[in-house]
Amino acid sequence: MGSITLENVTKSFGDVEVIPPLNLEINEGEFVVFVGPSGCGKSTLLRLIAGLEDVSSGSIAIDREDATSIRPARRGLAMVFQSYALYPHMSVRKNIAFPLKMAGLEQADIDKKVDAAANILNLSDYIDRKPGQLSGGQRQRVAIGRAIVREPKAFLFDEPLSNLDAALRVNMRLEISELHQDLKTTMVYVTHDQVEAMTMADKIVVLRAGVIEQVGSPLELYRKPANKFVAGFIGSPNMNFLSGEAAQKHGAHTIGVRPEHLACSRESGMWKGTVGVAEHLGSDTFLYVTLNDGSNFTVRSDGNVDLNHGDTVYLSAEPENIYRFDENEQAIG
Amino acid sequence: MATDHSRIAARFMISPAVLLLLGWMIVPLSMTLYFSFLDYNLLSPGMEEWIGFMNYEYFLTDPAFFAALGNTFLLVAGVLVITITGGVALALLLDQPMWGQGIVRILVIAPFFVMPTVSALVWKNMFMNPVNGLFAHAAKAMGLAPFDFFAHAPLFSIIMIVAWQWLPFATLILLTVLQSLDKEQLEAAKMDGARKMSRFVHIILPHMSRAITVVILIQTIFLLSIFAEILVTTNGGPGYASTNITYLVYAQSLLQFDVGGGSAGGIVAVVLANIVAIFLMRMIGKNLEA
Repeated sequence: MGSITLENVTKSFGDVEVIPPLNLEINEGEFVVFVGPSGCGKSTLLRLIAGLEDVSSGSIAIDREDATSIRPARRGLAMVFQSYALYPHMSVRKNIAFPLKMAGLEQADIDKKVDAAANILNLSDYIDRKPGQLSGGQRQRVAIGRAIVREPKAFLFDEPLSNLDAALRVNMRLEISELHQDLKTTMVYVTHDQVEAMTMADKIVVLRAGVIEQVGSPLELYRKPANKFVAGFIGSPNMNFLSGEAAQKHGAHTIGVRPEHLACSRESGMWKGTVGVAEHLGSDTFLYVTLNDGSNFTVRSDGNVDLNHGDTVYLSAEPENIYRFDENEQAIG
Repeated sequence: MATDHSRIAARFMISPAVLLLLGWMIVPLSMTLYFSFLDYNLLSPGMEEWIGFMNYEYFLTDPAFFAALGNTFLLVAGVLVITITGGVALALLLDQPMWGQGIVRILVIAPFFVMPTVSALVWKNMFMNPVNGLFAHAAKAMGLAPFDFFAHAPLFSIIMIVAWQWLPFATLILLTVLQSLDKEQLEAAKMDGARKMSRFVHIILPHMSRAITVVILIQTIFLLSIFAEILVTTNGGPGYASTNITYLVYAQSLLQFDVGGGSAGGIVAVVLANIVAIFLMRMIGKNLEA
């Protein structure tokens, strides 16, 4: 239960084509994350799957059955919105029960399912409160509760953690991952945060301007980015790029090196530069180095590096950790 | 927050405004109260004498009083029902994206800018007149006998006129409330399987409830004192069929020159309005807390 297939799906708003023809296969039970910079069409894509927007052409199949023109409720998908979209005048219990009530279930069944969902999500203590009396994390859980009681074929999450503070975000990230382990239901998750994508996904779909740049597991994307955009987007801090003479030495138009693959030395190395800012975090040290040709490099080094502002530093990387890209920004080799 | 010193200063500074407002209210109220205990008729000036509660007894046992009380209630309730249901429906329609939205919205608001006497006269002479009115022409065109609105359904006619005037107000407020509804909530309800009607009952209407109570409160305050529309159309008649309390007080004091009786009626009206206000404030208070 819960495979989703998009075939040649396009979406235009007036004359503006937001999503050019796009094909995507989401398998049963997968945790798929759509990631990309804001305005790349990832939320639109999710809303097309949900049925909240009509596709301009192409077809969407859920469990191999064509769902292109089926209304949202009949698709058997549940969605968690960025603003949670809880009904403010209803208690937590009524919020969670709403989809069941709309489906016409018996009150006894509804109560049983709501209580079960509230238990899973630790909401039992707040069950009679209104959403206005809950904290951000609790509201988030209510929104998820409202989604899981329907026992949907797949969950759709639209940037659900973007309204939470950093600590809570890490917590909820774990909870959603655990929920996926427990339920084994297909989940489609939209985010602009590549850390969320890396930590949660089975499969990441990187989007730019409505076009899928690459699909793959987090480590595949990290190790073998298909192009410069994916290479720069996945990984934190971002990959460093060099073009021109330095790149031609390696037979490429542009080369990229991840900050964690750079080694620094005071005596010799591939690239010479000056340390701008050094951030000593204890476990790691981030060095912002300005190379002699004017480009900026970020270096992630261990916590014992003793380099400070103004120091001269030589950077180098193992050949297998240098990513090469051609003029069209596609990866070589 | 504030220190004792600044609090005293604040009280001192707002006191002129408070005193002015208090005087503005107390002087006419106490004069009305005083007149209501006098035998005070403009036809026999200088003959005023204290008669105790006679004016009240006379006013409250007058059959016209009960007719007027019923009419006041019907007028307020009728206009509220029409404007609230019509206002919700119009707000829902105007919220739809359509061509010429701006113009249509201005047209809908327009009746509110027409002064009561003018709109009542327009309705009386151009629509409801049994000879020249548009409704009469329409009825004749369909082969029916024209209906004399103000002779046969005077109160209903006035309710229609007043509802026409207040519909834009209700529509305007309810439209703004509708536009403040989070679209994601409606989408969530759509995902949850709610059809159009369920979305209206479970999401839209609860969202509007607060504004609806505010509209009810404001309109009730103004509708209790409807006067101009009655004066220029039916003069309260035929008989007392379209007389409300406000009009009865006017008739008592200015048509019968009985200032004492009119004042007593005025005080009765104040008491009634306050009883209504207590109920309304409780209702609103409950709705605003949530």
